[in-house]
Amino acid sequence: MSSPPGRRARLPSHGSGRSSEAREALRRRLQGLIDGNRVMIFSKSYCPHSSRVKELFSSLGVECNILELDQVDDGTKVQEMLSEITNQKTVPNIFVNKVHVGGCDRTFQAHQSGLLQKLLQEDAAHDYDLIVIGGGSGGLACAKEAAILGKKVMVLDFVVPSPQGTSWGLGGTCVNVGCIPKKLMHQAALLGQALHDSRKFGWEYNKQVKHNWETMTEAIQNYIGSLNWGYKLSLREKAVAYVNSYGKFVEHHKIKATDKKGQESCYTAAKFVIATGERPRYLGIQGDKEYCITSDDLFSLPYCPGKTLVVGASYIALECAGFLAGLGLDVTVMVRSILLRGFDQEMAEKVGSYMEQHGVKFLRKFVPVMIQQLEKGLPGKLKVLAKSTEGPEAVEEVYNTVLLAVGRDSCTRKIGLENIGVKINEKNGKIPVNDTEQTNVPYVYAIGDVLEGKPELTPVAIQAGKLLARRLFGTSLEKVYHTLFWPLEWTIAGRDNNTCYAKIICNKSDHDRVIGFHILGPNAGEITQGFAAAMKCGLTKQLLNDTIGIHPTCGEVFTTLETTKSSGLDITQKGC
Amino acid sequence: MHQAALLGGLIRDAGHYGWEVAQPVPHDWRKMAEAVQNHVKSLNWGHRVQLQDRKVKYFNIKASFVNEHTVCGVAKGGKETLLSADHIVIATGGRPRYPTHIEGALEYGITSDDIFWLKDSPGKTLVVGASYVALECAGFLTGIGLDTTVMVRSIPLRGFDQQMSSLVMEHMATHGTRFLRSCTPSHVGRLPDGQLQVTWKDHTSGKGDTGTFDTILWAIGRAPETKSLNLEKAGVKTSPNSQKILVDSREATSMPHIYAIGDVAEGRPELTPTAIMAGKLLAQRLFGGSSDLMDYDNVPTTVFTPLEYGCVGLSEEEAVARHGQEHVEVYHAYYKPLEFTVAERDASQCYIKMVCLREPPQLVLGLHFLGPNAGEVTQGFALGIKCGASYVQVMQTVGIHPTCSEEVVRLRISKRSGLDPTVTGC
Repeated sequence: MSSPPGRRARLPSHGSGRSSEAREALRRRLQGLIDGNRVMIFSKSYCPHSSRVKELFSSLGVECNILELDQVDDGTKVQEMLSEITNQKTVPNIFVNKVHVGGCDRTFQAHQSGLLQKLLQEDAAHDYDLIVIGGGSGGLACAKEAAILGKKVMVLDFVVPSPQGTSWGLGGTCVNVGCIPKKLMHQAALLGQALHDSRKFGWEYNKQVKHNWETMTEAIQNYIGSLNWGYKLSLREKAVAYVNSYGKFVEHHKIKATDKKGQESCYTAAKFVIATGERPRYLGIQGDKEYCITSDDLFSLPYCPGKTLVVGASYIALECAGFLAGLGLDVTVMVRSILLRGFDQEMAEKVGSYMEQHGVKFLRKFVPVMIQQLEKGLPGKLKVLAKSTEGPEAVEEVYNTVLLAVGRDSCTRKIGLENIGVKINEKNGKIPVNDTEQTNVPYVYAIGDVLEGKPELTPVAIQAGKLLARRLFGTSLEKVYHTLFWPLEWTIAGRDNNTCYAKIICNKSDHDRVIGFHILGPNAGEITQGFAAAMKCGLTKQLLNDTIGIHPTCGEVFTTLETTKSSGLDITQKGC
Repeated sequence: MHQAALLGGLIRDAGHYGWEVAQPVPHDWRKMAEAVQNHVKSLNWGHRVQLQDRKVKYFNIKASFVNEHTVCGVAKGGKETLLSADHIVIATGGRPRYPTHIEGALEYGITSDDIFWLKDSPGKTLVVGASYVALECAGFLTGIGLDTTVMVRSIPLRGFDQQMSSLVMEHMATHGTRFLRSCTPSHVGRLPDGQLQVTWKDHTSGKGDTGTFDTILWAIGRAPETKSLNLEKAGVKTSPNSQKILVDSREATSMPHIYAIGDVAEGRPELTPTAIMAGKLLAQRLFGGSSDLMDYDNVPTTVFTPLEYGCVGLSEEEAVARHGQEHVEVYHAYYKPLEFTVAERDASQCYIKMVCLREPPQLVLGLHFLGPNAGEVTQGFALGIKCGASYVQVMQTVGIHPTCSEEVVRLRISKRSGLDPTVTGC
């Protein structure tokens, strides 16, 4: 069993004198520990009950301060003092947010009833209920949903400029440098084809129609700008704090946010969602970062890319090559091995053939080895040297633009995950999660493109984000009221109290409508019949409360039900 | 021709996307008509080749019944041929109706039979009718730049969901088609300059009015081709109201060995794919040992008006009539196709609604989609409905992004809630 995330305190031992001063000092010291720690566990290292409790908090991802009484000199005295403070003689003795919870059994009970969660929540130390790192499709969906559920939420979004210096606003990849501008440029290309078709359908214009790159990009960027604005507004309307800073974990529950100017701020939260997505990969060859562009740059390129080499065979490479060719540009695609890895290969080849038939050149089984700049300019001229993957053959060609589309890397290496122990796949940087999108650190979740083994798609991230928020913060739609009761006829007869039980289940989303009625006791059938008719008439908790009870009966207990299960409060009957 | 019209719109859009085309671009009817007509002729040829390949004997003759097993056919030249058979299938379809009670209607008006074969542009056109034929024709005529008016007697697209139908019409009205509502024509005459003058009554104002047009297109319904068949000689019964041939679930008429399929049969959707499927299944039952009947429920269709309307299943009215308002839940949304944004197109009528049963899991009774590529969007969902899709399953389906189709699986606002159904962002 690995040791729980806790710090072990050592009390300095004082003189053995049992003076009242010494006792006061000890009391103060203990109180200090109780007050100064979210969770304070007085324990013994060999005690199995203590171990259970430590494991519980560890599984909840809650940091605890643990004092092993068998490992300090005045452990006995501490135990005695605790007994004075709490009336509890045994260890483990647990305090949560200064509240004495009890020993192992009481702590587990509190956990079962939800009381423990409540106590843990009442913690002024956390600035936010949820901090989402990454303001893209997944992050924004999760943040908004959590805010709708009444939580205090912050979104951190920061775009590290591409090597070419490109940056963009709130919304993530999809909105700024993915789905949206891609589809619009694709549409622009399709319109070129439509123009061509239209002549056959009788539309008359003589000139060979030219395409103006700047007109298109300006229109697209304006639309994206309106989306960025819309997202900011949407977050503001839902009272989600948005910070345009780069977030990095510094310790448990705490991140450091650095803005454009380098100013740092720290924030804490009960829970975190990592939704940092990915950025395009570079080849690691000479000239790649200096001279090549990626999808990060293409959609806002202020000048027409001209004769373009697209390196890669992903859907990104083919979609970009496709629309660039459709706009009339001279396009070549350099493919290392196969097209659209992971997709049906017959279909992938058909896609490739179609593109080839429509003017896109393919250099199959080649990789670039060096990129040189021949001329500066907008665009300039680049010389690309490429080698065959199958033999000694090499090619050299000059292009205006080289667009790299050779994959995307998760943004997980520089966000301080190692400081809190969140495990990532070292090879690809992706974060493995369980079925509930939880990382190996219980209060840290991840959604979207950073996830190991999940589809990298906007709607998947959005859905995952919403569902995650609902699981974390959504309350059950049902409220259960219940009580134990002692039928009058049983009292004199000396029959057991606290055996008869009544409960109703109400639908919170429908005026606390009674959707379930249960009674364990004498004459259950006679009692239930009338309530069944009432339920068919749409009985609500309010109506029950407004109904006068018939006294003395067992049935009247339903008209005075007060205690909910979720409160965890005691329902045992004491006497009459 | 709808595609020709859509391309006109796309040429306009292209300007916004950077294509440098001098606007407005003129349209040449002749070029389009020739291309369309050539394509149709190639299809005619294709059919003949297919029949030949399958060794089906093709007679270009007009047939009518002599008795229940014998048919007499008359060729163009007048030559008569007698043919007898064990089984006879009537698939004569229908032809556009003329309002013969209106003076000049037959003489000066044309129908859909003619419009696709005109060598010259119809010019300023009055379309009389509010069927999908009327609206589709008026739609593409407007789209290629012609001055088009539609005269509607009462409601548009009778039989279709009326909320959707009025949105279809609203779109056309805000995109260049003129509508004369609650009007019926009374007289058509020719003017000395060759133009046609139409007189009509406006039932709202009670007044009469006139207008001049180059072409009048009657689209007031289609009549089944049964009169000249001499059906009574074969004992085949027709509906007294519609004149269509009465059939059972096996497509059999009142004479067990005589069948009727397609538009000529009573109570069938007048759609090509249903006729095709019914025909194939009939052949398989007669000669292939099959017992599969044609399922006419939940047949999807699309109206190819300028803003296309695809639907499958029940209209909202039908659902309410069958199940009661209390038991029906309608989810809806106004959305904006991504392609419209940069093109600065008006998306006011882009709308989707899903009609479901209210009881969980909320079985989908009907889907209605108004937007571009409606046919493409609707087809897949028709399969879903055939499989008994529920709203819960719809909600669990991940959308394909960015498309218009994904808005169907993102429907969350019910009509009952009264909340604003406009889609906002991702």
